[in-house]
Amino acid sequence: MPLGGLILLTSCAYLGILFAIAYWGDKRADAGRSIIANPYIYALSLAVYATSWTFYGSVGRAAVSGVGFLPIYLGPTLMAALFWLVLRKMIRISKANRITSIADFIAARYGKSALLGGLVTLIAVVGVIPYIALQLKAVSSSFLILWQYPTIRMPNQGEVLGPLQDTALYVALLLAIFTILFGTRHLDATERHEGMVAAIAFESLVKLLAFLAVGLYVTFGLYHGFADVFEQAARLPDVDQLLTLGGPAGTYGSWVSLIFLSMLSILFLPRQFQISVVENVNENHVAKAIWLFPLYLLAINIFVLPITFAGLMHFPAGTVDADTFVLTLPMALRQEWLALLVFIGGLSAATGMVIVETIALSTMICNDLAMPLLLRWKALGLAQRTDLSGLLLGIRRGAILLLMLLGYVYYRAAGEAYALVSIGLVSFAAVAQFAPAMLGGMYWKQGTRAGALSGLSLGFLLWLYTLLLPAFAKSGWLPLSFIEQGPLAIAWLKPLALFGLAGLDEIGHSLFWSLLANLGAYVGVSLFGRQSSREHAQALLFVDAFKVAGRGSSLWRGSASVTEVIALVGRFLGPARASEAFAGYAAQRGLASSAELVPDADLVHFAEQQLAGAIGAASARVMLASVVQEEPLGMDEVLGILDEASQVIAYSRRLEQQSHELETATGELRAANARLQELDRLKDDFISTVTHELRTPLTSIRAFSEILNDNPELDPAQRARFVAIIVKESERLTRMINQVLDLAKLESGRAEWHTTALDLKEVIEDAQATTSQLLQEQGVELRLELPAQIPPVLADRDRLLQVLLNLISNAVKFCDREAGRIGIAVQVLPEALRVDVRDNGAGIDPADQQTIFEKFRQAGDNLTEKPQGTGLGLPISRQIIEHFGGRLWVQSARGQGATFSFTLPLGQANAAATDAGRETEYGV
Amino acid sequence: MANRTLRAQRLVAVFMLGCLLFSYPLLALFDSGGEVFGIPLLFAYLFGAWALLIVAMILVVERSTR
Repeated sequence: MPLGGLILLTSCAYLGILFAIAYWGDKRADAGRSIIANPYIYALSLAVYATSWTFYGSVGRAAVSGVGFLPIYLGPTLMAALFWLVLRKMIRISKANRITSIADFIAARYGKSALLGGLVTLIAVVGVIPYIALQLKAVSSSFLILWQYPTIRMPNQGEVLGPLQDTALYVALLLAIFTILFGTRHLDATERHEGMVAAIAFESLVKLLAFLAVGLYVTFGLYHGFADVFEQAARLPDVDQLLTLGGPAGTYGSWVSLIFLSMLSILFLPRQFQISVVENVNENHVAKAIWLFPLYLLAINIFVLPITFAGLMHFPAGTVDADTFVLTLPMALRQEWLALLVFIGGLSAATGMVIVETIALSTMICNDLAMPLLLRWKALGLAQRTDLSGLLLGIRRGAILLLMLLGYVYYRAAGEAYALVSIGLVSFAAVAQFAPAMLGGMYWKQGTRAGALSGLSLGFLLWLYTLLLPAFAKSGWLPLSFIEQGPLAIAWLKPLALFGLAGLDEIGHSLFWSLLANLGAYVGVSLFGRQSSREHAQALLFVDAFKVAGRGSSLWRGSASVTEVIALVGRFLGPARASEAFAGYAAQRGLASSAELVPDADLVHFAEQQLAGAIGAASARVMLASVVQEEPLGMDEVLGILDEASQVIAYSRRLEQQSHELETATGELRAANARLQELDRLKDDFISTVTHELRTPLTSIRAFSEILNDNPELDPAQRARFVAIIVKESERLTRMINQVLDLAKLESGRAEWHTTALDLKEVIEDAQATTSQLLQEQGVELRLELPAQIPPVLADRDRLLQVLLNLISNAVKFCDREAGRIGIAVQVLPEALRVDVRDNGAGIDPADQQTIFEKFRQAGDNLTEKPQGTGLGLPISRQIIEHFGGRLWVQSARGQGATFSFTLPLGQANAAATDAGRETEYGV
Repeated sequence: MANRTLRAQRLVAVFMLGCLLFSYPLLALFDSGGEVFGIPLLFAYLFGAWALLIVAMILVVERSTR
């Protein structure tokens, strides 16, 4: 039963499904609901590592070298353990610096060198083209084999097809169209292709399932498990050699070199870089890939040896190519559906590789080879054009087509020759040349552009000489003597035994020489050369990628609307300032107005900088995320931002609080200082007044003493009068000093108060008794008008007496000389007691009514009239009354006498009295 | 962060264990051509060590994310 139509139909349907998945993935990405934003899809897409070289070729290799096929998968397993350190750093660096390919990475690290980027692109293209050819061969030959079902016949044996009959050409063209549709539908600033990644993950699933299906069918359907296969295989000739090392399976040395080589490949193959770094959504997805990816490799390899042995046992030696066992076994067993599934699996392995590889290479060709040249080509005037996206897309599409056709040409030229057989490893060895510049660039700040350039060039040339040229020679493109005798028969230049180094296998030999020269030149030239400042800056950025946290747009990937961004910034800076800032930014970029701005990462970075000035860097990023259609941030990143922000907020709050406290303290200090200055001034005034006042009595005492001293013959009456004056002035001096001290005490609050509940009547009567002598001398009559009942007040008895005595003596002094009359009246007001001391003297001028309460001020003219008091009595009295919570004032008119009144609060007194009473109670 | 550096160190340890398991001389110990349960010794050893490494990675990665 021929399968022809079915094969074509299934293939087309499969490619249709792939395209649908890719389309759906892109749609979902545009809608912001990415389907690839999970670690399982990421790990599956990493399995693009397993190409048709794995799918068909593993069995082919195993048929020749037994377990020797395994190092290619053990290396990536080991490297997976280092993903967390190395791959995550590559992702971090690439995101921070918006790196889109491995050429970009190396160029950016060494001072954004276009030359270096071009060299890397060249190496990648030359190294990877044969690999693409291998995929084309796999697809076309598997197609041809299945086409002849149920006959099993190896294609291309002895017959030469014209290009138009060659399926490989159609496969190449179909894949080119497919890749162009996938990878360059639109120009994405992030160089990310979500739909493509989804399709690649799906392809990884398909090829795994297909291979497992064959493996399970062969191992458990055809045989009875692993042990049965191996037991029966033991009858095959030379099978022991396939299951031990040292023979065809490789020596320990070649084993190690293959592991090492594949470790480097998993990081530096352009398609691996594209999938694992550029297409990475969240660097935390790396964690799960660390074990999922090796698990995938283990699963796809576990049935390789059983299938190999089954094929070797089933087909007579030499009739069927071991590379096709995976397909021919189901065919020979008449399992057409399984064969079809295998074909689809092989197709997915090949298409996956070709799609990603050509996209990665086309990005490199476009960005690192074509554009730098075109932009430098002044005649084109490209640098002045604002929109280059159409041109970029055109270049990329052209590059994809070119790569595919180059692959086809290589395939046609190489045919079945040697050059295709171990071509996977040859490609691996080519990309391994990136290792020193890449790893050195990530971990060694000293690496220079010159070092990277010389290392890469030397490594590439040696790879060319020791691996690619011998492959060409074996294919018959170069004379075989080139290998056997060396060029021009110079023995030590033999490409497979350079400088006489023999005993290593080809790959190990080439790897040793090329990496030795590469690393040696890189390190040597770097150490003896100098870095430019730009290289140094980039080196710091790369090596310290994990330390340089949150550098502007580092975490940003996505798209934004200019108006929204401007509006957002306007919300924080004010619309006028924001549009001014963006207009300035636009002018700086050579645009007419901010309306022409492109919403790229730079714009967002600029906006972020503007915002950061206003709301802090951490918040700026969060704010921008609200208008920028951003990729979802990982939980860790969000937590990091929050942590940072809350720290900043807490810190600024603390600062604010501290500055507020400082302000308050400053205010208090200023007030205190002003008060101190005022007090100082008052003190100076007081002292000068006091000394002046003290000098008056002192002067008279001294004058009279001198008179007495100088005139001993003075008559006794005169003498007695003078002595009396001296005594009187001394008393006044004493009194004044006492009062100054008293006032000082009162004012400083150091006076002692013995507050008790008092009967005011008693105090007034005491005052009357004390002053009775004075009153009699002066002939002044004192009349009391006291109500029968006076509620008690809370006061210090002696102090209150002092006030009363002061007021009475004042009244005596100023009352009418002839018929002096003083009245003391007490009124019980609702809340206070009011005491009036009335005299019938000359009265006090309204102008003096306030000043008499100031220190050393007395009513009347101080200059002409002899002072009659100390000038301190009333201020002291007012202090005392105010201390009790009352008020002391005067009412007077010229010729009407004066009334000094004070109040003592009652309620307080009552309450305090009860308190005092209680205190006494408890005191007892 | 301490958690993360610890994870990285553990993974480096797994890497070194893998290097040890897949190279001379440990490889030579199992290169004698014997069998375990009917499966060639080297084949069984290689896939066993491979699985062991994966289990170690699972333990390191999945435990430290919690």
